[in-house]
Amino acid sequence: MGKVVPLSGNSAVAYAVKSADVDVISAYPITPQTTIVEKLAEFIANGELDAEMIHVESEHSALSAAVGAAAAGARVYTASSSQGIALMYEIMFIASSLRLPIVMTIATRALSAPINIWNDHSDFMAVSDTGWIMMMAENNQEAHDDIILAYKIAENPEVLLPVVTALDGYFMTHTTEPINVIEREEALSFAPKRKTWFTLDPDKPVTMGALGDPQWYFEFKKQQYEAMKKSREVIERSIDEFARVFGRRYNAVEFYGDENPEVVLVAMGHVVGNIRAYLNKMRSKNSRVGVLKVKLYRPFPEDLIVRYLEDVEIIGVVDRALIPGSSSPGPLHSEIVTALRKHEVNTKTLSFVTGLGGRPVTHEHIGVMLSKLSELKDKPVSELPREPLFIGVRE
Amino acid sequence: MSKVLTIRDLPREERFAPGHRMCQGCGAAILMRHITKAIPKDAIIVHATGCVEVTTTLYPETSWMHPWLHIAFENAAAGASGIEAALKVLKRKGQLPAEKEIKVVAIGGDGGTFDIGIQALSGMLEREHDILYVVYDNEAYMNTGIQRSGATPQWAWTTTTPVGRVWRGEWRPKKDIIGIALAHKVPYVATVNPAYLPDLYMKINKAMSIKGPKLIHAFSPCVPGWRYEPSITITLCKLAVQTGLWVNYEIENGVLNVTTPVPKRKPVREYLKLQGRFRHLTEEEVNAIQKYVDEQVAHINKLVGKEVIGPVET
Repeated sequence: MGKVVPLSGNSAVAYAVKSADVDVISAYPITPQTTIVEKLAEFIANGELDAEMIHVESEHSALSAAVGAAAAGARVYTASSSQGIALMYEIMFIASSLRLPIVMTIATRALSAPINIWNDHSDFMAVSDTGWIMMMAENNQEAHDDIILAYKIAENPEVLLPVVTALDGYFMTHTTEPINVIEREEALSFAPKRKTWFTLDPDKPVTMGALGDPQWYFEFKKQQYEAMKKSREVIERSIDEFARVFGRRYNAVEFYGDENPEVVLVAMGHVVGNIRAYLNKMRSKNSRVGVLKVKLYRPFPEDLIVRYLEDVEIIGVVDRALIPGSSSPGPLHSEIVTALRKHEVNTKTLSFVTGLGGRPVTHEHIGVMLSKLSELKDKPVSELPREPLFIGVRE
Repeated sequence: MSKVLTIRDLPREERFAPGHRMCQGCGAAILMRHITKAIPKDAIIVHATGCVEVTTTLYPETSWMHPWLHIAFENAAAGASGIEAALKVLKRKGQLPAEKEIKVVAIGGDGGTFDIGIQALSGMLEREHDILYVVYDNEAYMNTGIQRSGATPQWAWTTTTPVGRVWRGEWRPKKDIIGIALAHKVPYVATVNPAYLPDLYMKINKAMSIKGPKLIHAFSPCVPGWRYEPSITITLCKLAVQTGLWVNYEIENGVLNVTTPVPKRKPVREYLKLQGRFRHLTEEEVNAIQKYVDEQVAHINKLVGKEVIGPVET
């Protein structure tokens, strides 16, 4: 086992990237992710990591160069946030469709306008349809470990899809926690570097990124869908193996709280930790409440969600992104409702939208959400609010 | 590298397979055939979205015998940067044989280079990647139906600069892509033309031997976009050079060398009159183009320090 050192979220991520022995880092600065790349530059500058750093002129080129490098057979890393992720949007689809095992960290941050550099999940949610495997950490140790897990999953020959590992901008990227650092040997024994995908090799030339006309495009898309579906199994196996090797288990979905809950908050990212702390504080009140943490967002682990929520009276889904005009303006709420409906589970749901643009989700807010849920749990569905409840906003 | 003197000295081996869907008489098809002969077998090609990309890689077929990657429209230079960086580090780390030299070539059209790809190109040139970038310039977005680009010459008709009662085709001069590349202090830039294949071959060969970023600007007539008969592509290519409208040259470490001197020029009218895109031009407009070319030629002669392009034959 490695040593325990105090690290910011971004440093924790950078140490894992170093241990993964990445070959090419292609990234653009100026977002909450910046210090990941600064740290990696330091590692390369000091000879602690042998990698090429491409100082690209935009995030669009950051991901484009990452695609090129991965296609040439390199283990590739990039990171971005917010507007940078929006700029990469086009290439995110292409990276996943070319089936290149790129790992990218999103240090989650709000989208403009108004311009806002602080944390929410707008960027993460905006790219959730791009065909990437997506996971979000709750604390810095998890953000560190996710990198190693991500390469293991991405490069699995049954998967070959790029992976997003996310952590909350500032709340995590710029706060310090003790981190059990995975060393290079451990990382490479868990996620060995193997050539599992087609690469650009003059001895075995292939054409990558061909034109797929109506005769073929659909089949490509179906294969991509199958790979994403298949990845669930690989992810579960990788989580098990990670837990065996490193003693830390990160389930796709994790429940914390009363054994037989009637009220559950569903959340992602660092807010889950806040809710855990709140529940610990309130435990004396003997209430049947809990929190369900969604770590894996793509592929969405609907089976587990349903298993945890089917006997619950009412749930509140905490969204830190907002899609105006959607039938469910909270994207996580939308996923959960779909999963419950598909499995004919009648758990009542409320949608909470909170913490946009860096506004902290405090214990007071969590208290408001939980009391709203308790207040409504015995009401018939017809009396529940159909609109999301905005928590912590000035009206 | 042996010196190629005539077209008979070009390599016989074909590395650009026939059966593609490019138009009859396409200038870019001739360019691709000869670019692939001139670059080594151990080279990786990255292609921007465009005519050539869509017509040569219709799945499950491909014309490319080199490893080949297409990502999107505006990022061939960025994708190539990633490949070049990967090859460097993989060799250093022993994941690729150290003795194997693999070159990287990026190819894009004028839209993907002058316009939407200019930022990625600038990044690639500025970061000093060891990449040859070739832009085949057919002077408009031909793949999508002849919309003007930053490379469209003044007065040319396109579907977005139509000729009407108010507009007379494109009203702005062509962007100076070579000047942009030179501003990045690159070691080698050159222009090539499908009618001068030994010159093209020599330049690409030379570019591959020079370390660092290189830009080659290729003249690429487009039958449907320029509105001419497919049989006269090479005639047009020659006329472009003979009128001084296109000059074959190279600039190696700042030194200009005109590789196809033209002792006596033909009037630009000869070139313009064969193309439907210039059909609307009045006498005054043709004279304006002639004046523009005269000035360009004077500028080049001044840079070379002697008359490499002569006066218009009368």
